Amino acid sequence: MPEMTFREAIRKGLTEAMDGDQKVFLMGEDIGAYGGSYAVTAGFLEKYGPIRVRDTPISESAIVGTGVGAAMGGLRPIVEIMTINFSLLAMDQIVNHAVKVRSMSAGAAHVPMVMRTVTGGGAGLAATHSQSLEGWYATVPGMKVVIPSTPADALGLLRTALQDEDPVLFCEHALLYGTRGEVPAKPYTIPFGKARIARQGKDVTLVGNARMVHVALQAADELAQRGVQAEVIDLRTLRPLDVETVATSVKKTHRCLIIDEAWKTGAIGTYLAFRVQQEAFDTLDAPIAHIGGEDVPMPYARNLEQLAIPSVQTVLKALKDQIGV
Amino acid sequence: MTQTRAGFTKAQLLEFYRQMLLIRRFEERAAEMYTRGKVRGFLHLYIGEEAIAVGTMAALDPADYIVTHYRDHGHALARGIPSKSIMAELFGKVTGTSRGKGGSMHIYDVSKNFMGGYAIVGGQMPIAAGLALSARYKNENRIAVVFFGDGALNEGEFHETLNLASLWKLPVLFYLENNLYGMGDTIDNTYAGGRDVSRAATHYRIPARQVDGMNVQEVYGAVRDVTASIRKGNGPFFLEALTYRFRGHSMADPANYRSKEELASWMKRDPVPTLRIQLLDMAVPKAELEAIEQGVEQEINEAVDFADKSADPDPSDLYRDIEADSVSATHS
Ligand SMILES: Cc1ncc(C[n+]2csc(CCOP(=O)(O)OP(=O)(O)O)c2C)c(N)n1
Ligand SMILES: [Mg+2]
Repeated sequence: MPEMTFREAIRKGLTEAMDGDQKVFLMGEDIGAYGGSYAVTAGFLEKYGPIRVRDTPISESAIVGTGVGAAMGGLRPIVEIMTINFSLLAMDQIVNHAVKVRSMSAGAAHVPMVMRTVTGGGAGLAATHSQSLEGWYATVPGMKVVIPSTPADALGLLRTALQDEDPVLFCEHALLYGTRGEVPAKPYTIPFGKARIARQGKDVTLVGNARMVHVALQAADELAQRGVQAEVIDLRTLRPLDVETVATSVKKTHRCLIIDEAWKTGAIGTYLAFRVQQEAFDTLDAPIAHIGGEDVPMPYARNLEQLAIPSVQTVLKALKDQIGV
Repeated sequence: MTQTRAGFTKAQLLEFYRQMLLIRRFEERAAEMYTRGKVRGFLHLYIGEEAIAVGTMAALDPADYIVTHYRDHGHALARGIPSKSIMAELFGKVTGTSRGKGGSMHIYDVSKNFMGGYAIVGGQMPIAAGLALSARYKNENRIAVVFFGDGALNEGEFHETLNLASLWKLPVLFYLENNLYGMGDTIDNTYAGGRDVSRAATHYRIPARQVDGMNVQEVYGAVRDVTASIRKGNGPFFLEALTYRFRGHSMADPANYRSKEELASWMKRDPVPTLRIQLLDMAVPKAELEAIEQGVEQEINEAVDFADKSADPDPSDLYRDIEADSVSATHS
């Protein structure tokens, strides 16, 4: 299998979509001449021209809203919101319009639009540029929220997103762009709402998304040295949320820790914990544990930032303190 | 066909009259049904502003996209959406334009390119730009028309969209229905740019024009002119219709914030009786007008009857039309 970076996987998915369907076009801030602020769309303007690779003014609401209208008009826009922090300026279009048009029109109009954005912290960008807000959007009916952790998943999920007839928020973790992984050469897609078992184990279930999957995998390595076999589950999509795969795992391991990079208060993983305990209560040996980002505006200083984001150490500590593993 | 003074045929003017009266009577009855508890939520009446919707829709092509705000019954009726479907929507019935899911503020009829009423002030602006972009992208000969109130002038989405549409020369008609109030506050109190709001558009190099929104013939002429410019590929146009709503902002609003004199001075220019008098002056027989009036009366009675007798949505509709997988009227 060929190896590629997360960035290259996204670029491959976008290229396929642009080559495969003239109705697909890209729109966003600095995606053209500049090549994208995370260099995902470098070279696209030269290849596809300014009608299909549209540099926009810094107007998040107009970018997403124009995408809504273009999708209603029969196109298949891929809009880029530079980072999820800036999606707040487009929240009206995302929450009030993109995902409402289908029901308010009784299905006569719909919005097949992919909104790509960058999420996550850890790059020293402090409070306004380090948030993981995807869980907020995952509470909205009609929304799909995708958050891959590997290049292969990024490509497979992006292909699925591009075939979806409704709005999809596609979240790319800023620190994952340079990570590498094997990507199948044969065409494949990955369905929404199907979590991936990233590592098999029988003693405890660790659940995460995006970069937290990698943190969980590292923690699992450490646990293995102590003879504890952790199962690691990558949610891949936050809405739809694959409760079943997690519950099935927990029924086997009897223990579960859910990890979110998002603030722990109201994190999507706390809702997942509630759903899993409903399914697996009788089989639990300990209450389901959860850790998330600390409830603070992300600090700039490296040591403080590291304290605010779940790490291998905090995962191991939570397992010990909360579950006794 | 005999032409009238301003170049309208008698038949055209009679149709203008019929449509304005239809909107007026529709809304009077809707208000009555509201007080009887048949219509719920917010009900924003367009009474006083009918000349804008009627003159405008007559001047547009059926292929043009219409996007509007929550004060949308007038636009919907003038676009030819059946009054009974709109009334049924107000009643929350399954026979309504959105199967009872949208209510008064969210009227859609995609078969008529009526792409929705939007209830978030300014939210409809970029959506219209996107529809215009899709038309340009596909080389379709159609434009998008977006209605908004003076309140929307103060929303970021208004400015973002004008800027983007001008940069990209999108075929959009930005259509301000300036009724001088956003809920209870006057434009003078809320908009720092003064009464010459066209500057908000010309700042973005969008040509602008003002029209008397109480005069259906003038509205028609202005829309013909400005849409001709848009269709030539000159980019967006900004049209400001000066108007006034005769009722409160919504059914809950007695409109105590404005003077009786101000209201009376605008009501003197009520477009419905004004056109009626003009038609009589043109020697249209009174009986002909009365026949139209009876026809409207009957249509509204039928609409209310239809709405009343229609079924509520089925409880299973709760999860319908949220995502593509769920059952849908057009996609199943
Ligand atoms: C974003 C937003 N803020 C506030 C409201 C509440 N609201 C509904 S209508 C309205 C006044 C709008 O006035 P205008 O745009 O002039 O339209 P008009 O009602 O006069 O037709 C307000 C404040 C809303 N619907 N959306
Ligand atoms: Mg107003």
